[in-house]
Amino acid sequence: MESTMTAVHHEEHPSGLARWLTTTNHKDIGTLYLWFSFAMFLFAGSLAMLIRAELFQPGLQLLSPAVFNQLTALHGLIMIFGAIMPAFVGFANWQVPLMIGAPDMAFPRLNNWSFWLLPAAATLLIASFFAPGGAMAAGWTMYPPLFIQGGISYDMTILAIHILGLSSIMGAINIVTTILNLRAPGMKLMMMPLFVWTWLITAYLLVAVMPVLASVITMLLTDRHFGTHFFSAAGGGDPVMFQHIFWFFGHPEVYIMILPAFGIISTIIPTFARKKLFGYTSMVYAVASIALLSFIVWAHHMFTTGMPVAGQLFFMYSTMLIAIPTGVKVFNWVATLWRGSISFETPMLFALAVVCLFTIGGFSGLVLALVPVDIQLQDTYYVVAHFHYVLFSGAAMSIMGGVYYWLPKWTGHMYDETLGKWHFWLTAVAFNVTFFPMHFLGLAGMPRRIPDYALQFADFNRIASVGAFVLGLAQLLFLYVVVKCIRGGFAAGERPWDGADTLEWTLTSPPPYHSFTTPPNLSK
Amino acid sequence: MAEHVSTYYVPPPSRWPVVGSVALLILASGFILLLDKMPVGPYVMALGAAILVYMILGWFGNVVRENQAGLLEGQVDASFRWGMVWFIFSEVMFFAGFFGALFYARNIAVPWLAEAQLLWPGYNGQWPTSGPGITEAFTPMGAWGIPAINTLILLSSGATVTWAHWGMKRGSRSQIKLGLILTIVLGLVFLALQAHEYAEAAFTIKTGIYGATFYMLTGFHGLHVTLGAIMLTVITGRVFAGHFTPEHHFGFEAVSWYWHFVDVVWLLLFIFVYWL
Amino acid sequence: MRPPSLRILLASLVVGIASPMAWAEYALNLPAPATDIARRIYDLHTLILWICGGIFLVVFIPMFYALWRHRKSVGHEAHRFHEHTLLEWAWTVVPFFILIGMAVPTTAVVISMKDTSAPDMTIKVTGRQWKWEYEYLGADLKFISNLATPQEQLEQQAPKGEHYLLEVDRPLVIPTGKKIRFVITAEDVIHSWWVPAFGVKQDAVPGFVRDAWVKVDQPGTYRGQCAELCGVRHGYMPIVVEAMPPDKYAEWMAAQKTLVAAAQAGAQREYPLPELIAMGERVYMTNCVACHQANGAGIPGAFPALNGSKLVNGPPAGHLDRVFHGKPGTAMQAFGGQLSDMDIAAVVSFERNSWGNKMGDGVQPRDVAALRRTEK
Repeated sequence: MESTMTAVHHEEHPSGLARWLTTTNHKDIGTLYLWFSFAMFLFAGSLAMLIRAELFQPGLQLLSPAVFNQLTALHGLIMIFGAIMPAFVGFANWQVPLMIGAPDMAFPRLNNWSFWLLPAAATLLIASFFAPGGAMAAGWTMYPPLFIQGGISYDMTILAIHILGLSSIMGAINIVTTILNLRAPGMKLMMMPLFVWTWLITAYLLVAVMPVLASVITMLLTDRHFGTHFFSAAGGGDPVMFQHIFWFFGHPEVYIMILPAFGIISTIIPTFARKKLFGYTSMVYAVASIALLSFIVWAHHMFTTGMPVAGQLFFMYSTMLIAIPTGVKVFNWVATLWRGSISFETPMLFALAVVCLFTIGGFSGLVLALVPVDIQLQDTYYVVAHFHYVLFSGAAMSIMGGVYYWLPKWTGHMYDETLGKWHFWLTAVAFNVTFFPMHFLGLAGMPRRIPDYALQFADFNRIASVGAFVLGLAQLLFLYVVVKCIRGGFAAGERPWDGADTLEWTLTSPPPYHSFTTPPNLSK
Repeated sequence: MAEHVSTYYVPPPSRWPVVGSVALLILASGFILLLDKMPVGPYVMALGAAILVYMILGWFGNVVRENQAGLLEGQVDASFRWGMVWFIFSEVMFFAGFFGALFYARNIAVPWLAEAQLLWPGYNGQWPTSGPGITEAFTPMGAWGIPAINTLILLSSGATVTWAHWGMKRGSRSQIKLGLILTIVLGLVFLALQAHEYAEAAFTIKTGIYGATFYMLTGFHGLHVTLGAIMLTVITGRVFAGHFTPEHHFGFEAVSWYWHFVDVVWLLLFIFVYWL
Repeated sequence: MRPPSLRILLASLVVGIASPMAWAEYALNLPAPATDIARRIYDLHTLILWICGGIFLVVFIPMFYALWRHRKSVGHEAHRFHEHTLLEWAWTVVPFFILIGMAVPTTAVVISMKDTSAPDMTIKVTGRQWKWEYEYLGADLKFISNLATPQEQLEQQAPKGEHYLLEVDRPLVIPTGKKIRFVITAEDVIHSWWVPAFGVKQDAVPGFVRDAWVKVDQPGTYRGQCAELCGVRHGYMPIVVEAMPPDKYAEWMAAQKTLVAAAQAGAQREYPLPELIAMGERVYMTNCVACHQANGAGIPGAFPALNGSKLVNGPPAGHLDRVFHGKPGTAMQAFGGQLSDMDIAAVVSFERNSWGNKMGDGVQPRDVAALRRTEK
């Protein structure tokens, strides 16, 4: 296809704050997303530090149980909706147009709105700490009837999530449209970089499930204020119905937070193994299967609610099936490494750690999939360990790896490799010190979401708290490395990684404000 | 990918999105204050809503001007089509949540409650039900009065908007105008009948799970019909202003897709909420 | 640091999980099972862990071998292969059969767990913020089980006891060797009744009845906790079950019935106010202190103060009514169904004459009994 498509751009843009408020540029918006997510990561991380400080030893030291519950609820909510999801959208903003040779996102103004809704929602969430009675304290899962009992901050939470959902839906529509409509001429779907594929599927999941979350929290709101009985038995409703609808959103949601991570890992590993990704086609099919399966596994979060046997077995079997495509991905990564020419720059260290640690999280997920074992482990620290292995060492460490990988492209400078490695090792070791003992705590019977615990849990809690403080401090080092890299450093050149072969590396570093105004033609 | 296109329009920096965020934050804050019975709430909400309307007028004004300047054709037009399809899909999933609640309550929760004689002695779980704890009798909404008429009205409005679309493709502006006006009138008649039905209903949103699912589903549907009617009005205004050509009229098509979507939701409502 | 360190780290982690010797010394595994189901869960978990450990080694030994041998720094050149149909099919199909191997024994356990048919006796368990109520169906015995750990231990003002947070004032008592069916529900929010040694964790859903069963082998004291976040005192809602041989259980049951009869008799007489206040303080410290606090000041924004409260300093009837019926839609429960007439009279009398409240009047058990009669 001989196309001479060019983009119409307006080269002039305001400077200072007005630039960031009004920008329609995907790179600017990507940067905003990434900084916002980093800020939320540090904020929600400091909530976690307070939680671990309280749990350092038995007894109540720092916090009242009421405040403790607020911290656990908001830590989860903000990490998920404020840190991890926006970080991945930030990557999508920066990378998707660059990797498919598009001039920008499909809807640049809408893109700006998707971002600027986030601070509005964050304002509501953070302000809710100062509302009478404090912030929402019913867990990030917001189960009624406990949620119905809360005060004004619970309404603030609902409205904040509505705004976050609006932002996610618009962001996802933008990404899907960009990928489907703005690929460079000649780039067929099965030629797209895997990161783009994972985001295409993630965006589809987002559009499918965020509205379901919106509907269920609307029911919470009407139950609280308008006298409906969706979740009250007296009126013929059912508190467990909330859990069904919530987890119909919630399970795809956890894949929303891990599929783009798979995309990042599948980009980094071939680069530093200097070898093409093994099994590209099966990777695409694996991601698609995970996404499809995610719609029929939700009730595995609810085995203890008391489903009939047939329900328990169905959701157990479907959940176990997810191990197959997930396994395929891990096997493909190992096969990509096999007989490569491997080097260990910081992004690669993060990617390798993700492969190992995410696999541990996958195994504990398989253990939890089995109904009888789940009955013992549901709502214990084992579950806390499990989802931090998939969400911290899966999602968050992929994000960190991705930041190191693309920082040279974004800033034009190399980051400090020594400090980057320090950051990696501190994070990886402290992460395991924090969360590995939680498996034992859960097995031994420590429930989650409790501010104080029986004496037999004291040792592992102390270890976990020490690990958590190191883990938290290590992220300040990350902040330092990123700022240092933005301020200067060795010039990165177009392609600092000799094994990288996607389109963004054909541009200068940093890329021009408007890139691919004439799309590269790949059909030759 | 579009074959014969030469430009992808990237709009200049715009203040509308940020204005929209501020509007939503104010609107949401006002709503929260209202819910928690603070007298200032409605005023804050009104302020937020006013800013939101200002933003919508400004933003869509921009889009219409860009469109008239021919900037939004070809590949941009294709983007709009994809975007609208996915937007409607997200709306489908929003309603799916409420339908899910209806099916779950009816087929799982209520029979379960009827089994729990230990807690709710004598409860039989016969649908429609207001649950075992709400004992006042109520009359559910029948299907074959106003709801059936409303079904006919809404289906006809789907036909008239399609007829208007044929007019658009033939370039017959009088047919477009007549088709659109008929569609809007049918939509308004539908809304009026719904309002009448609400006023006459022998139960409220507080009437247990039946009242909750009935009013939430029909209420959100009515809200969507209202939005659709507003959008149709805007499109009619644009037709009168001489916008759209037989080749380029995606604004019109988007609204008609939306109208058909609202139609289909109504059919499901009629079957599952009123009839069965 | 270099990749080998990572390998050692991971290897030690794997050994840490897999070594049964380590399990024996620390609380690294599920607690010792006390029922057949719990034992089967324990074995199932062990089996799955070994399989996962095996797969982990099969995957990561090659990976770390590659990281070691196929390094650029030792001059290894990248090969060009990136597909292998047979291999890809193999690692899709083989895991499927491994999963079937896991699913078969698991399914059998699931079916046994859910089989609550033909019980020897049934106990109704009701979760409340933040205590458990046990009702022996058919035996006319019902009582509430509260956390027994004193507030001072929570607040570091006293040394913590051996069973800190896992002790209650009245444990559930059950006979060994009998199949006991629990019907589990809740009053206010979702709780979860969990005793690890029994392999039972069942959410208590308000307005719904769910069931579970146990058959305990050995006499003993088994401890657990509420497992579903249920509000401020979620962490203070333990479960203690005493399992005793059937003959001892029968003796215990007889003794309970005598106690109930004695309490009913005592509620007829008139009590002097100081005695009511003294009894009321105990009731308050068990049932009310979590929200309204020891100083009666409540928690601003969440739980109202009783000190200086209009209701408390108003007519006794209104005060009694609130305690008896609770306040729907809030965390204030209807204590009429939970506490005896004696306890309600005492706690109301206590609240009216404590902190800054100096009403000088009280409520007699008779008054509560009268209110109770009007309900029926």
